[in-house]
Amino acid sequence: MNFIKILETLSDKELLYSKGSRRASFTKMKNIGKDVALASIPFGLASLSPKASAATAAMGSSAMQASPLEVLRFALTLEYLERDFYQMGLDSGVIAAEDQDVFQLIADHESSHVDFLVAAVGSMGGDTGSPEFDFTAGGTLDTFTNYQTFMALAQGFEDTGVRAYKGQAGALANDNTLLTYALQIHSIEARHASQVRRMRGEKGWIVKNENTLPSSFSAIYAGEQNTVQGGVNLSGMFGNVGGDDAVTAAFDEPLTMPEVNAIAGLFIV
Amino acid sequence: MKNKKESLGIEKANLFAQETSRRKFLQYSGLAVVGGSLVLAGCSDDDDNSGPPDTEIFDLGSGNLGILNYAYALEQLEAAFYKQVVNGSYWQNADAEEKQILEDLYEHETIHRDFFKTAISAAVSSELMLPELEFDFSSVNFGDRDSVLQTSVILEDTGVAAYNGAGSLIDASDATGAVYLTLAGKIVSVEARHASAVRNLLNPGSINFASPDVLVNLAGSGKAYDKAIAPAGILSAVKATGFITTEFTANNLPTS
Repeated sequence: MNFIKILETLSDKELLYSKGSRRASFTKMKNIGKDVALASIPFGLASLSPKASAATAAMGSSAMQASPLEVLRFALTLEYLERDFYQMGLDSGVIAAEDQDVFQLIADHESSHVDFLVAAVGSMGGDTGSPEFDFTAGGTLDTFTNYQTFMALAQGFEDTGVRAYKGQAGALANDNTLLTYALQIHSIEARHASQVRRMRGEKGWIVKNENTLPSSFSAIYAGEQNTVQGGVNLSGMFGNVGGDDAVTAAFDEPLTMPEVNAIAGLFIV
Repeated sequence: MKNKKESLGIEKANLFAQETSRRKFLQYSGLAVVGGSLVLAGCSDDDDNSGPPDTEIFDLGSGNLGILNYAYALEQLEAAFYKQVVNGSYWQNADAEEKQILEDLYEHETIHRDFFKTAISAAVSSELMLPELEFDFSSVNFGDRDSVLQTSVILEDTGVAAYNGAGSLIDASDATGAVYLTLAGKIVSVEARHASAVRNLLNPGSINFASPDVLVNLAGSGKAYDKAIAPAGILSAVKATGFITTEFTANNLPTS
């Protein structure tokens, strides 16, 4: 990965508008999500030895991990989705006047992320095209005429984005530069998520697997009720500081690439 | 170290209460050879204050252990801060939403702290685990909303930048390391959620939740990224606050 090359390609606007059909591959991807169960990971914190136990070694299996290019391409699709969603929201007039600044900032961030990832993916020889999106999910959602729906989707996309980047940290572990960039995007998505959640009257953090979006989006919060961290089951250990609600809120959980694709696939034509 | 010092204190109390001879005390103490020298130094101090002071300063260590101790230090700091917040007069008189947010933060940071304590103590002997730190928050006015919230923002933003900067320092080449990397990811986004919420409390209805002044620009694509700061930068910033009064060093942390 040559980041000088990224710097160069960022200024190449043709790349930003290059066409490419992601449609076929995403149709494929969105169908496999349900087939991949959330891996139950046998965390092992009992040893700091470089010799990992056989039980925990399964987690790091490279067979489960995408290549860095695949991760960036995956991230790019999510950023395209978010960018287009916010831009369409701003253009549609659905956003309340007092919230324009907030959503404009988020839209600007997502647009920056798209530009960055287009350059990165392009420099690695990947397809930089955008899928086509339908944020009404086939006309079933009043996304751009009902502000509550728009905000609910915004929350869903941001919380999904946080989980999506988190799930790919391991796949970028061998590339310090890419890993750090991904982390720098990941936490911004979490800032967005907290803000939008709070604008909807929610806490900024995810308690258990509570889903205040339409029930069809429960996959966005599936697994967030996890209380086992690093092999330690924290359930019941913190009764004096908020109990399991606080335990689950204190740790965000990752989603796998297929799980995220299944969620995003609802909005990809 | 902490445990040894505590047990030393207890033994010393026994020593004077019972007028036990030093020889007998050493028999009671049952400490290993290394600990024995500490006991002797302690007794010497009691005699005439001329004994060698305990100048042993904890170093965070190297490799993944060093990073875990580093995170543990930051979580100790946050948890200690919020404990004072929820015992302060600003919090007690704050409106319901602010009270709830800060109480949640207190809970989350306490859980993070105790999680690291549990995880590290399960992995290494107590000598290698960062002791419980001591703090001085006298520069914060816990009766004043701005003082509390602004300090909170600094700590949360610092936490975000710290975890982002530490991610690449974790050796994730084995499964245990991969777990640590994921854990850092699980925690950093919660810190970012906190930062966003408290920033918003300070400046509602604005873009303060992800203000450009705390973000950086990557490759000319815009100020749309959180910072990622290496431990040296974080620790010098933390030191400048004066909040942590227990000295420790970070001489062996990974740098790449």
